[in-house]
Amino acid sequence: MSRFQPITFFNRHPAEEQAQYKLLPFRFTPLDDERYVATNLAGEYRLIEREPLQKLVEGKLSATDPRYVDLRARHFLTDVHSKMAADLLAIKVRTRHERLSEWTGLHMFVLTLRCEHACPYCQVSRQSEDKESFDMSREHATKALALALRSPNPAIKLEFQGGESFLNFDLMKFIVLRAKEENAKLPVPKDLAFVAATNLAVVTDEMLDFCGKHDVGISTSLDGPRELHNKNRPRPGGDSYERTIAGIQKVRQKLGRTSASALMTTTAASLPHVKEIINEYLEQEFHGIFLRPLSPYGFAMKTKFYRAYDAARWLQFYDEGLDYIIELNRQGVEFLEYYSATILAKMLTSRDPGYVDLMSPAGIGIGGVVYNYDGTVYAGDEARMLAEMGDATFKLGTVNDSFETLFTNETLLQALDESFAYSAPMCHDCAFEPWCGADPVFHWGQQKDFVGRKPDSEFCQRNMHIFKGLIRRMEEDTFVRQLFTRWANLC
Amino acid sequence: MLKLRGRVDVVNATRCNPSLANITRNPKLPTPLRRKTALLLKGADLAWLTPEFVGQLRMGAPFAALLFCGGETELAAVEGIARELHDVYLLPDDYAYLDEGDILRLNPAGESISSVFRKAAPNNTILLTERCNHLCLMCSQPPKSADDSWLLDEAFELVRMIPLDTENIGFSGGEPTLYGERFIELVEATKLALPHTSLDILSNGRSFKNEAFAAKLGRVKHPALQLGIPVYSDDPVRHDYVVQAQGAFDETIQGILNLKRYGVRVEIRVVVHQQTLPRLVQTCEFITRNLLFVDHVALMGLEITGFTRANLEILWADPQSYRDTLSEAIGVLRANGMNCSVYNHQLCLVNKDIEPVYRKSISDWKNEYLPQCDGCTRKSDCGGFFSTQVMFKHSEHVRPFQTPASA
Repeated sequence: MSRFQPITFFNRHPAEEQAQYKLLPFRFTPLDDERYVATNLAGEYRLIEREPLQKLVEGKLSATDPRYVDLRARHFLTDVHSKMAADLLAIKVRTRHERLSEWTGLHMFVLTLRCEHACPYCQVSRQSEDKESFDMSREHATKALALALRSPNPAIKLEFQGGESFLNFDLMKFIVLRAKEENAKLPVPKDLAFVAATNLAVVTDEMLDFCGKHDVGISTSLDGPRELHNKNRPRPGGDSYERTIAGIQKVRQKLGRTSASALMTTTAASLPHVKEIINEYLEQEFHGIFLRPLSPYGFAMKTKFYRAYDAARWLQFYDEGLDYIIELNRQGVEFLEYYSATILAKMLTSRDPGYVDLMSPAGIGIGGVVYNYDGTVYAGDEARMLAEMGDATFKLGTVNDSFETLFTNETLLQALDESFAYSAPMCHDCAFEPWCGADPVFHWGQQKDFVGRKPDSEFCQRNMHIFKGLIRRMEEDTFVRQLFTRWANLC
Repeated sequence: MLKLRGRVDVVNATRCNPSLANITRNPKLPTPLRRKTALLLKGADLAWLTPEFVGQLRMGAPFAALLFCGGETELAAVEGIARELHDVYLLPDDYAYLDEGDILRLNPAGESISSVFRKAAPNNTILLTERCNHLCLMCSQPPKSADDSWLLDEAFELVRMIPLDTENIGFSGGEPTLYGERFIELVEATKLALPHTSLDILSNGRSFKNEAFAAKLGRVKHPALQLGIPVYSDDPVRHDYVVQAQGAFDETIQGILNLKRYGVRVEIRVVVHQQTLPRLVQTCEFITRNLLFVDHVALMGLEITGFTRANLEILWADPQSYRDTLSEAIGVLRANGMNCSVYNHQLCLVNKDIEPVYRKSISDWKNEYLPQCDGCTRKSDCGGFFSTQVMFKHSEHVRPFQTPASA
């Protein structure tokens, strides 16, 4: 007789009997008429048809069903054969939330509200007057910097915003140099990074030389081809596009090929042109694009730009763009869509890339914080935009307050607590919750509620559609699955 | 395949216990070094055995042994001379590869020798035991239950004899960690004896389910230690079946977690065969999702030896038949940024996308090619076959490349 036992010997469920198993926490949401997306505690997903799903939850799934083996290996259920699920799930969940323990890493400085552009969708209500009253003072900057360096996070990113951040270049210089100096004095210096958000229109060689010398990255705006970009982003002379493109080239020459990134904003005029917009990014040698809807803040609300299209129309734009990008990759052109990549990282890895709008607990305050030009401290970019519209709910205090006072702000803690998606109504039962975010500022702005009624939430509508779309695309096409896995790991 | 061990004729043995000996080909070796050194005379060297030379050997400080190596007629010619000397081993020319700096185990009572270290080999593996708590379907070194702890004793001695500039050595079994504390002591001793040598240990990892044991290994702080641990499936039942041990999956996974917790480098090794193929891609997905922090993943071809030969029918899978599955599995690992390799495969049987992680991995002493490989333009890039594959089973789809890689 053989010394070796058959596989059935190691399966401790007798074949004729029902498997004895325990369900682990998991959730399911319909994908289409037949299939459900089921996610485990760590956000790993499996598609499952209605009937086996029913069997699974009733404890009637057979151990010989191949789905059973899959679901056990993915920690949807556990049985006598392995006790590792709890440990492995714990590691994965902990990994996903590990950045929470590090606290705030992104510190945004609004150097000035002045801007020479006059974009009708501007989310921060720029000031055209050449008045220094909209500039941040050195005193405020010094205090803000001290607060930033107080964060326990070992990696601190200082982001310069506007208005047009380079209109207050002297202050940018001051902060960069002082940050380096102060950081060097810390018992354990932090990993410091700088980035400037700019339209590049007023940037000079001297400024870029400084950025090159001190590793200040550049983040600019590029809305698409010349005509669209200049229409979206008016400035005196109508040459925003020309200045941006020239600026990008100069940045790359002086700071390195990967030092410039760009963001686009979708206006009603953009909607029919997603391919042209993507082609523009290709032509400018970017490796990807962030297809971004308008946010309901600032001028975008005042000028009714935000309401010029609804979530469904934007999703159509996004879908068309994403499919085009997939086709590009199929032809061997490597190019990615950053929002999808962010979500895919959450779907297909145990990491969370930490994109502020898609975090739960929410990213407000603990994902990023804004020091406004006037010394006010806000719980994030959207929080200050909301404040510019007269709603200071997410004001944490001022740079004169202590780090402890600012970050234990009652409203911040309440908003974080209430909006936590895992315990929010509807989100709690949603299979997509592990990939989604809380975004209390959006819901407060739209519904005057930190949590928000999800059936009325465009945030929910938009993300649900994207989650399902990404899954559908990779389930029906191995190429897309492999492409998406790569994206997930680039993000 | 090189013959590493076997029975030989021993003439006038003065000792009876097995011992390790360095090999020299220098008959004038300074006398203080001779006690632990065997003098090798092979092929043409045997002509040196003039009466005068023999006289010097008899009068001078004795070597640990004299190794006469040659063909049948050559050996027959020196047999008479051997009788005039002590501790002579007559080695057939299977052992002609032996050379200066190699290390042999001499077993006069058992009339056998075993090559335990070859200076020219890039990787030397030291067998620590043949005992094991697994009974893997494809085990190349079928476990035995006899007490063979002398192998461990000898390893302590061996690591002190191996040259300091050796790049890499390996420990294998059996399951080396079954020695418990003594295993940790050996790793410590190896660190002290060979501080610049990387050390690869093959283990099933189960002993490290005991966190304190993993911590002890971590505390050795060996600068270049890696444990190669098999995970054959994401399905615990299938893994337990492949290793023929109930509960092995959990202990191995727990072991890997503990080792990584204490900073020990871990390589996951998956042997690709009929019983692992059905979930190979899922297994790689499982690794990327749950064990992303391991240092390397190796997907390995089957060596046709040991139990594999007995179980060939349920194990053999032609690489031609699974080349796309292999690509998919490697694709998962690479996309997730894992450091990974394909071992023990032939270049003409893997897809092009495997080539960046393709390694020539078969140990030199058991590495061969097929006759049709002679015409292959990429033979030098190819890892070839295990000798046992050439002998017993290999793909029917081996096709020599006609043009260089770039074409």
